[in-house]
Amino acid sequence: MAKTLKAVDAVMVGMGWSGSIMARELTKAGLTVVGLERGADKSPREDFALPRIRDEYKYRVRQELMLDTSIETHTLRNNPSELALPMRKWDVPPVGDGLGGAGAHWNGVTWRFAPSEFVLRSHLTERYGRGAIPEEMTIQDWGVTYDDLEPHYEHFERLCGTSGKAGNLRGQKVEGGNPFEGPRQNEYPNKPLIMSQAGLIFTKAAQNLGYHPFPTPASNSSTPYVNSEGLNIGQCQYCGHCEYFGCESNAKASPLICILPVLMQDPKFELRTQAYVSRLLYDKAAKKVRGVAYVDRRTGEEIEQPAEMVVLCAYPFNNTLLLLTAGIGAPYDPVTGKGAVGKNYCHQTTSQVMMFVEDEINPWIGTGVSPAAIDDFQADNFDHSGLGFFGGGFIAPAVSGGRPIQVRATPPGTPRWGSAWKEATARWYNHSFPLNCHGISYAHKHNYLDLDPTYKDAIGRPLVRMTYNYFDNDYKMSAFLTEKAVGIARAANATIVGNPQPRRGNYGAGNGGAAHHTGGVIMGTDPSVSALNRYLQCWEASNLFVMGGAAFPQNPGHNPTCTIGALTYWSAQAITSRYLKSPGPLVQA
Amino acid sequence: MSDDSIARRSFLKGAGAATALSGAALATPAPAQAAPPAPDAYLTLTATEVAFLSAAYDVFIPADKLSPSGTDCGLVVFIDRQLAGAWGGGARLYRSGPFMQGTREQGYQLSLTPREFFAAGIKAANEWSHKTYGKDFDRLSASERDAALKAMDEGKAQFNEINAKQFFEMLLASAMEGFFADPIYGGNREKVSWRMVAYPGLPATYAGKALEYRGKKIVIEPQSIADFS
Repeated sequence: MAKTLKAVDAVMVGMGWSGSIMARELTKAGLTVVGLERGADKSPREDFALPRIRDEYKYRVRQELMLDTSIETHTLRNNPSELALPMRKWDVPPVGDGLGGAGAHWNGVTWRFAPSEFVLRSHLTERYGRGAIPEEMTIQDWGVTYDDLEPHYEHFERLCGTSGKAGNLRGQKVEGGNPFEGPRQNEYPNKPLIMSQAGLIFTKAAQNLGYHPFPTPASNSSTPYVNSEGLNIGQCQYCGHCEYFGCESNAKASPLICILPVLMQDPKFELRTQAYVSRLLYDKAAKKVRGVAYVDRRTGEEIEQPAEMVVLCAYPFNNTLLLLTAGIGAPYDPVTGKGAVGKNYCHQTTSQVMMFVEDEINPWIGTGVSPAAIDDFQADNFDHSGLGFFGGGFIAPAVSGGRPIQVRATPPGTPRWGSAWKEATARWYNHSFPLNCHGISYAHKHNYLDLDPTYKDAIGRPLVRMTYNYFDNDYKMSAFLTEKAVGIARAANATIVGNPQPRRGNYGAGNGGAAHHTGGVIMGTDPSVSALNRYLQCWEASNLFVMGGAAFPQNPGHNPTCTIGALTYWSAQAITSRYLKSPGPLVQA
Repeated sequence: MSDDSIARRSFLKGAGAATALSGAALATPAPAQAAPPAPDAYLTLTATEVAFLSAAYDVFIPADKLSPSGTDCGLVVFIDRQLAGAWGGGARLYRSGPFMQGTREQGYQLSLTPREFFAAGIKAANEWSHKTYGKDFDRLSASERDAALKAMDEGKAQFNEINAKQFFEMLLASAMEGFFADPIYGGNREKVSWRMVAYPGLPATYAGKALEYRGKKIVIEPQSIADFS
């Protein structure tokens, strides 16, 4: 028999970026809030301290900060006729774990999405005509626009102390920034980071080709900064240990340093770690969530936490799973296309071209974020007529550290071991870097999430079953983008250009992209094809809100975190300004 | 010196395969009068496994002007500790059934822990070596060892039950991990691989240096976790 606790106003499931932001905004509005986090508590001062945080083997190879697959994983198949099997270890991109969520181990890449991405279906239809979008490409409009999100984007950037250079201030193009970005009301909070040698090489080559390179926006603070919560953020040390690691200098924005210290002082907030949510308590007749049940991993006890409202702030897999197990919303059916829960699961289509140069690259001096990028081939920033695909991505030199277990490229034709391999490794370690192509994943009707019929997690819930593959649009987009990267490498007069590796073959072990999983609980304007309304409120249960990448109807070519933050502030504003006065649907279905 | 089963004979004599590191590639060679280092001792590996791994690692990382041999760099000690520890025992590995053969895309689908997989893989590799060359892998000549590993890499070697390519990839990965990881794990003795590529290691705080060092050749005496502990 589960123990039932005293009711609170709101429960957050998951305490990464969106859980921390929503908890902060709701406590500011006077609500009592409980934050439930499946993983462990984390203290940057203890857990991310020198010297032990500089351990490539532990954190990057053995993935210490990532979710333990023996506790929870997902199953995978490439199409609906295959038998899905569990990811027994992270042979595909991993999922984060613990307090701070992915915000603890991310790189700090902080893009705003292109304005056209939010109205993707309408935009492409308008520009390329009815019938231009293939029937199987189930892309949708978000129900929210770039202009709606602009102040919330800025709020998130001021929370993170983002470093960058505006390219569009209130409609005026600004030299040196990204000319393709949506209009910003204000400049970035911090000036750009120091550009590395790889960044200079890339910038010059891209300019020679007529492209528009700019410093990649980074939540690695270029200077000490006091953020929007009055908290101190440190200065980036260019340590080369960002993604997969915690930051010892408190320069990489994370919920642990940017918001939780304030939240933890608030008596209206209570954090419970090792609290593994097993199910939503759902009153199907009333169409209201009554709270959540969770297992306290320290005692094994199941506990019910009643609440007036529940906000799902977990990763897309868990957000989708909790709706499916509660029977909230109709599960997506890939045959009929009906149902919205589990629909439009998307990933990220990436590729790479290695450059071998004579310059001293010093890859061990690096931030989490590529020093520069171009958006010339992002979104619909270029004419897609006759190309046979939609979408694009950014191209950027990826030098985020010279950690030598993994960063030690050798030119094509080099043996994989022996003295010749050693010589090539010693010769090129300091003289090579990849150009990364980071591209879209536009929804396909056969890519979706549902519940696995066989495999269970550590507390007996079904695993999420991922049915996913790359399709024609992904392959063509990737080939196009990769070819452009080869052009940049040639324009840079690279001594050797590595074999281009556009995305080919099936998604799966050794062939995943960046770990940006989206969709499953998508937002939109029509309850028959989306699970959430434009405020991320569940169409079926009005006291349930779902944050995070799960809400993206499809995945643009930029990294997702800044939009996750902005959407959370956007939703929080609707909740605190309207919903709390009169709880109920914010949009009539 | 004969390349015939050096590691095995040394192990059986209890003398240890990895004795003094060759000073050639090291910035600070051991003083001439220093006592000989203690022989390597192992937590989990059998004598046959040590012989196999020493032979394979010394092909991957041969002694030359850039570094001592893989064994002398501590790679067998590295993998022994890893296999004896949590990772080797299958920590962070989803091990609920049913187990079945998946597609290549579905990745690792065996119920074997890394420790069990290495044991089965070494056994299968030696059986294949016997069938192909008439002796265990570590008893092969240098050129035969090289050819045998190439056959595994290229998918031309067919082991009994164990997937030779899968085993090879894990074996090669373990060599690279041990060679380049922080010396705290037992491989990369004297930070030899970090010197080889001029990776400076810790503490990696370059806010004041990023501009000054940009585009310049920088050689810094590398420091590791133990240097700050």
